[in-house]
Amino acid sequence: MSDATLPTVSAAMPARSSGRARGESLAVQIVLIAISLAFLLLFLLLPLVTVFVEAGARGWEAYRAAITEPDALAAIRLTLLVAAIAVPFNIVVGIAAAWAIAKFEFTGKNLLISLIDLPFSVSPVISGLVFVLLFGAQGYFGPWLQAHDLKIVFALPGLILATVFVTFPFVARELIPHMQSLGSADEEAALTLGASPWRVFFSVTLPNVKWSLFYGVLLCNARAMGEFGAVAVVSGKIRGVTNTMPLHIEILYNEYMGAAAFAVASLLAGLALVTLVLKTLLEWRYGDVIAASRRH
Amino acid sequence: MTRPVFRRLLRAGLVLGAFSLCFGVVAGARAQTELLNVSYDPTRELYREINAAFIAEWNGKNPDKKIATIRQSHGGSGAQARTVIDGLNADVVTLALAGDIDAVAERSKKLPLDWQKRLPHNSSPYTSTIVFLVRKGNPKAIKDWGDLVKPGVQIITPNPKTSGGARWNYLAAWAYAEKAFDKDEAKIRDYIGKLLANVPVLDTGARGATTTFTQRGIGDVFLSWENEAFLALKEFGADKFDIVVPSLSILAEPPVALVDANVDAKKTREQAQAYLEFLYTPKAQAIIARNFYRPRNPEAADSKDIANFPKVELVTIDDVFGGWKKAQPTHFSDGGTFDQLYKPAR
Repeated sequence: MSDATLPTVSAAMPARSSGRARGESLAVQIVLIAISLAFLLLFLLLPLVTVFVEAGARGWEAYRAAITEPDALAAIRLTLLVAAIAVPFNIVVGIAAAWAIAKFEFTGKNLLISLIDLPFSVSPVISGLVFVLLFGAQGYFGPWLQAHDLKIVFALPGLILATVFVTFPFVARELIPHMQSLGSADEEAALTLGASPWRVFFSVTLPNVKWSLFYGVLLCNARAMGEFGAVAVVSGKIRGVTNTMPLHIEILYNEYMGAAAFAVASLLAGLALVTLVLKTLLEWRYGDVIAASRRH
Repeated sequence: MTRPVFRRLLRAGLVLGAFSLCFGVVAGARAQTELLNVSYDPTRELYREINAAFIAEWNGKNPDKKIATIRQSHGGSGAQARTVIDGLNADVVTLALAGDIDAVAERSKKLPLDWQKRLPHNSSPYTSTIVFLVRKGNPKAIKDWGDLVKPGVQIITPNPKTSGGARWNYLAAWAYAEKAFDKDEAKIRDYIGKLLANVPVLDTGARGATTTFTQRGIGDVFLSWENEAFLALKEFGADKFDIVVPSLSILAEPPVALVDANVDAKKTREQAQAYLEFLYTPKAQAIIARNFYRPRNPEAADSKDIANFPKVELVTIDDVFGGWKKAQPTHFSDGGTFDQLYKPAR
């Protein structure tokens, strides 16, 4: 679900710059629009509606019971907690990486760009397994961690690590092209006017890229809350302790509690929808500002 | 005009973040005695009931050593053993077969190799067997193991590499073939190969395979734990499926064990030991029968529950395969008979 919002961001730009159709016949236009609409209805809207219909199938009381049950509450708390730590971390590191890549020339820059994309190209299961191999009891650091009574995998730190790993590219990838297109003229001007580097960052760079940053954060957050594969591997699936919302949904479904599973799923889908609405709202309200800051 | 908006958003985000952080920290702060039972797939319903009964009894008798909760983790038996080996902090493991707990003992060294001698009945407080679940009216006329290799029969069974139930399935089929073909190795292999060729998907755990068969509607016959088959009838109604009992099946003994190193580190040995012993008490045995597992002590259970269990000729893994220590490497380790005979459909 979280991935569904990904294409819309990049699609927003060309749509704005190319503007009108280039003289294709009306028939072509209609066919194209019909195809994409049908596709969206069938593959995006229909499943989404199903989630909410199934969630409400057994009535409001059952829905309320499903999401206020202690294990469900624990899963919701854990998901929010993991996102609340992973997302800010990725904002800071993402900005730093984007800044380094966009504003400086150094050897190994291309390697760094490829590395940022690594989490996208690696299957999430592998991202999870890597941490088990590193920090598991039989892993490289396992014995040392055990001797010091530190737990990483099958506990909160493992969940956070896996989530950070999987969601790392979102912020950086949104920022890099934008920062590159901006160049460093504004910053240089500010520096010649005597501003300190920190001041330049907060008063010039950050305001310039804030909308890209915001998009990145929204996507990063959506994925952080929705991640399944990597988290499933490092979780150990202890109910009420290391079970995140996506894992909890699978468990409920497997226990023949379909309505409860869909109730929790509707919450998660709701979070994704809030993200989407927030983004649309911002685009609508500050569309001109966003366009201006993105075009440059 | 855009600046304040951005600031406000940032502030809102920070407040939200801080709020959920506190939420999580508070949730993590309570420290009471908790046990973690790492179990296999189909025991979800069973242990929910057992845990409630045990906590009530223990806390009544030991008000100074109360247990707050017993946490559960479920998955394919082999996969669960793997997570315990990788460091999941289980107080007790209640897995589908002895071979998986052997693996935990050998690789993690957290419990002695002779763990199975520590509790009665090979440390298995309940048994089960493998039956066939078919669609109502048995449209493909599946009566016995021999019918499974007919062309056009789709069989659902999980992956023996990760699922304990699937290993029992595999060995039950092997035991049947051994009897039917009078120990002719070539014919047995041919039979197993044909059977595996009729399997369209291998799920990782028994419960995943159950949902594949019951909810996704794939397959004609589901090789299932007896308890899973009964549970499917209970959940989806007896008008959807039939249980077919083959001429011969295997006595499945899902064992339980204390993970010594973990309980000593967590100082929960006393509670965890009592928990496992509780499984053998009449109260627990009745719960076990009610959840469609065969109790060791049938007198303790409701006779109506006992009447559910069909009579079937059961062979044991010790008699036919020389125990898990032999069966595991021969059939399921890398390069074992399963690897030789299973060719995924293209």
